[in-house]
Amino acid sequence: MILNDIVKEFGLEVKAGPGHLDQEVTGGYVSDLLSDVLAHAEDGNIWVTLHIHQNIVAVAAHKGLCGIILVQGRDPEKDTVAKAEEEGIPIMVSSLSAFELVGRLYKAGIRGAEAD
Amino acid sequence: MALRRIKADLHVHTCLSPCSGLDMSPREVVNAALQRGLDLIGVCDHNSAENVLAVKKAGERNGLMVLGGMEVASSEEAHILVFFDDDDDLLGFQDYIYRHLYGRNDEHAFGLQVIADDEDGVTGFCDRLLIAATSLPAEAIVAAARAAKSESLVIAAHVDRQSFSIIGQLGFIPHALVLDAVEVSAQMTVDEAKERFPDCRNYPIITGSDAHGPEDIGKRFTCFTVEDGSVAEIKKALTGRDGRKAVC
Repeated sequence: MILNDIVKEFGLEVKAGPGHLDQEVTGGYVSDLLSDVLAHAEDGNIWVTLHIHQNIVAVAAHKGLCGIILVQGRDPEKDTVAKAEEEGIPIMVSSLSAFELVGRLYKAGIRGAEAD
Repeated sequence: MALRRIKADLHVHTCLSPCSGLDMSPREVVNAALQRGLDLIGVCDHNSAENVLAVKKAGERNGLMVLGGMEVASSEEAHILVFFDDDDDLLGFQDYIYRHLYGRNDEHAFGLQVIADDEDGVTGFCDRLLIAATSLPAEAIVAAARAAKSESLVIAAHVDRQSFSIIGQLGFIPHALVLDAVEVSAQMTVDEAKERFPDCRNYPIITGSDAHGPEDIGKRFTCFTVEDGSVAEIKKALTGRDGRKAVC
């Protein structure tokens, strides 16, 4: 599944990086602690968070994540969007809560690292 | 020594912080602070104090008081400003923080971490992952600061922000945490912060710029009525002792 499929299926609003939605999603990670994401997210993962600070982009770039989904309709900070455009990291927004969104992503076939 | 009123911005980064620009070199920081009419700055880079001595030296040469400190990230990702008068205490505290900070910097993702001398010469690059959080809970950081030989000044950084603030990360300020003050960021007034975050009312409040670029230095400041810019004097001002005052 590529990012664009997820954007369409879940009606996500793309706030940054619309030109980078053709990436394969290797799995998913959900966390609101940057240090936890640095330690445990895996290459190509989609990251679900409510964190909107620009550091999420640096963390995603460093870990090779395919994109970030902000939950509960959270609005990324201006600096965050600018940095994401610069780094080519898609930022998408869902109106759902993290629990509900992750449940639906799982149902759609996105798995965590422990699934296999 | 007589009491005097000084203008202080206790939250200034340098080019050592990965998210700061190269223009935050020791001399530039000192010049920008003096241009803004500041008498005192607090140097607090993320999880490191490796540029403090250079800024102090540049400050001394130009008549700017410099308090040496660090902005430590707790395991809960709450940012805490810790200052010491004594350089040995600061460097000892830095060793302790380094022992609980893991990973190597990725300059492309996070930015350069430049170590400079007081003449703005580049003397090296810090390769630790300064943007990361330490493995230390906030309580352990405060306890380590209090265990130093000399007095420490401990301030919860930008408590009004959603990210990296003790209130944002933990919901409220734990009672066990012995803070000297809380800092309100440039994004809201002190009255707004007291209204929205009632916990602020239980602590002395300062305002600081959290400057990552020269143009932001002194954008927010606190005026202290003190004898000098030492930790002991600032702590007296925060609690209104012996005629000292803090106004922001």
